[in-house]
Amino acid sequence: MSDPKEHSVSADLRPEFEIEPTDSISIGDVERPLSFFVRMVNNESVQRLAILLALIIIWELYARWLNNSLLFPTFTETLGVFWGDISNGVLIDRTLTSLRTLAIGYAIGLALAAVLTTFAVATPIGTRILTTLTAMFNPLPAIALLPLALIWFGLGTPSLVFVIVHSVLWAVALNTLSGFRSVPETLRMSGRNIGLKGARYVGLILIPAAFPSILSGLKIGWAFAWRTLVAAELVFGVSSRSGGLGWYIFEARNDLDTATVFSGLFTVILIGLFIESVIFRAIEARTVNLWGMQR
Amino acid sequence: MPPVLLEANGVTLQYKTPRHLVTATYQVDFSVHQGDRYVILGPSGCGKSTLLKAVGGFMPPVEGTIRIRGHEITAPGPDRMMVFQEFEQLMPWKTVFQNVLFPMKVTHKFTRAEAVARANAAIEKVKLTQFRDIYPHMLSGGMKMRVAIARAMALEPDILLMDEPFAALDALTRRTMQQELLSLWDQLHFTVLFVTHSIEEAILVGSRILVLSPHPGRVRAELNSSKLDFTNVDSPAFGAMSKRIHNLLFGDERHRARVSEEATP
Repeated sequence: MSDPKEHSVSADLRPEFEIEPTDSISIGDVERPLSFFVRMVNNESVQRLAILLALIIIWELYARWLNNSLLFPTFTETLGVFWGDISNGVLIDRTLTSLRTLAIGYAIGLALAAVLTTFAVATPIGTRILTTLTAMFNPLPAIALLPLALIWFGLGTPSLVFVIVHSVLWAVALNTLSGFRSVPETLRMSGRNIGLKGARYVGLILIPAAFPSILSGLKIGWAFAWRTLVAAELVFGVSSRSGGLGWYIFEARNDLDTATVFSGLFTVILIGLFIESVIFRAIEARTVNLWGMQR
Repeated sequence: MPPVLLEANGVTLQYKTPRHLVTATYQVDFSVHQGDRYVILGPSGCGKSTLLKAVGGFMPPVEGTIRIRGHEITAPGPDRMMVFQEFEQLMPWKTVFQNVLFPMKVTHKFTRAEAVARANAAIEKVKLTQFRDIYPHMLSGGMKMRVAIARAMALEPDILLMDEPFAALDALTRRTMQQELLSLWDQLHFTVLFVTHSIEEAILVGSRILVLSPHPGRVRAELNSSKLDFTNVDSPAFGAMSKRIHNLLFGDERHRARVSEEATP
């Protein structure tokens, strides 16, 4: 059997044949739509909703079994406080204060990141400066700068904005730069081939080509900023009237009102989920997923 | 005889790697006439792709000049549209139609309505009309290459530069693409400068073949192959041409190998 000649002889012994393809109608449609139920089970948002529902049920059951609302209030109790504070406007007010501060910090952070990255892309020394600065500041928790910010800017929104800018800037700049660097040479050349230069080249070729990285930078930046903001607000409220969500949680803890603490945390999570799985998800679906640049 | 479109005179090209200064081509002369299917053929390391990049304007020659219609080439431009081997040349964020339209929009060579009509016509020519609104990631390799060709042709460049465009395709698709390129040429008689390392592809696609020797690239021969195509692949003339090029490329190497064998006892 090991003799290769024998193999070829045995192949020659078997007859050759040609056949027409058989009629494939017996298997039904070659492409068949999946049933409604199967599509629902495979749907990502349905799966995530199911997970959330399961977590809520576990929470409710555990809290009822523990039966200590100072340590661990039930979901229904938390929801009650949550609705109450929404209808009397306190929670909405606190949330808006937080989001406003966040928006200012996020916008300034993005603008600075854009300036730094442009500088880094344009000149080799700019690249060195940005990579060095990022290596220095990215591992530094933004909240660790809060004491310094308080000395420089005092108790107030500027201090919060400062730490948010710090938490957004490096994540976005780093991701954008690495996105620009990973644009394929062929794509760059086909852009320059049709005479694109300078700002048009960056806007029409580099930014869309680097968009998956830029978007992930925006997501990381947002998550850092949100976390940092809530943590910073825990340290101080701008004033007891116009504090943010962190201040809401801190005040409730001082009153040993655990259900309100939970309702504050609940809001922080809800906003996080909303931005992540509604806003960013929608951007992804319309861009990088549609373009097949990210699965 | 049709007028000379592209002329390279004594072109020497060098590029730097982190460790070496590499001379890719040395004093290469050639001229491409209007309507030529001009093929640059050579083994890897003969600087043929570098030569095409220089024609594209991505790399200035250290010696000699390249002129198109009498003007020296100093920068990339839409009069010399490139088709690359890599599929990444298409913009993943644009549909087939938008990809084909994009160069016309950017260069303002045509009015908006004209550009749309030309894009549709070019897509029709490469048989992709039913995939017009699909993003490139959903296309096969051959289809992506057709989009790149349609995009380049729609702009109506003076010359089409193709850098081993079919090398990344499977053998069956490559054959189809070669045939399609030839049938497009039959309809439009555009000028194309085509780089390849396949002798067969050079004879099939080309009407004139520039044979380069490697390390650094120097002109070895310039041959006519306009009469050889798919209809006579099996003819003796085709075989003879193929053998002739093979000897031009590898003949001296074998000879040199024999000499060095004899020299070392």
